[in-house]
Amino acid sequence: MKNLDSVFAAYMAGWTIFFVFYLTVARRTSALREDIERLKNSLNRGK
Amino acid sequence: MNKSALGAVAVVLLLGAAAYAAFFVAPTDVKQGLIYRILYLHVPSAWTGMTAFFLSFLANLLYVWRRQSRWDALGVASAEVGLAFTTVVLVTGPIWAHPVWGIWWTWDARLTSTFILWLLYVAYLLLRSLVEEPDRRALLSALFGIFAFLDVPLVFGSIRWWRTQHPQPVVMGEPGSGLDPTMLRVLLFSWVAMLGLMTLLLWQRYRLEVMRGEFEIVRREAEVA
Repeated sequence: MKNLDSVFAAYMAGWTIFFVFYLTVARRTSALREDIERLKNSLNRGK
Repeated sequence: MNKSALGAVAVVLLLGAAAYAAFFVAPTDVKQGLIYRILYLHVPSAWTGMTAFFLSFLANLLYVWRRQSRWDALGVASAEVGLAFTTVVLVTGPIWAHPVWGIWWTWDARLTSTFILWLLYVAYLLLRSLVEEPDRRALLSALFGIFAFLDVPLVFGSIRWWRTQHPQPVVMGEPGSGLDPTMLRVLLFSWVAMLGLMTLLLWQRYRLEVMRGEFEIVRREAEVA
């Protein structure tokens, strides 16, 4: 099985990049959701 | 299970099926052996990246014409997704090249134009982070996005117009070029799976950008209050 390590490395690298991208979008979304809630609450307290 | 989770499960199953087909359905290449199977990740990623950049280009044109924030959101979302796919192309390419060419990288027309494409979209995202005012940011980045897309036809044509170290096209190439029918079917199926992944990532990223717009509105309300 010549070059199996290279094929494995390519697929691992590719899937890792996609997974990390998905994760960063999910984390940014949840952080922003928290910020919106915090802002809305502070607005409601001010009224 | 909500629609997003169902979509994610469907995409994972599709990608799993594509990986299975790449390793167990596609025949082994006589010249290259096992290493050629990187093609089923590398090429569909490249095509999908170009598709995402094309979507970004259309969204940027529509923003310049209509000045609606949803086109700005789609423009940045698809640019970021396209950048992720192009990163995979730039990482998997050298891993294939090293055992086949004996070098990781060469500055031929295809590799150089792809690297420039990647840099252009990094610059597009940097530009967005530098401009504070939303309308100005949207217009400037839309104009830059339209300019950045000009490199895509160059990437496509580079292996057709110039002699390159990169292999000549096996799809939409010259007469006589082409792939074994099973290899072609697996390649196209892998592309469909990648398009599924692109749709999933694009939807998530687009929603984030729309939420950012909502956040801006609430923040402005807070400033007025």
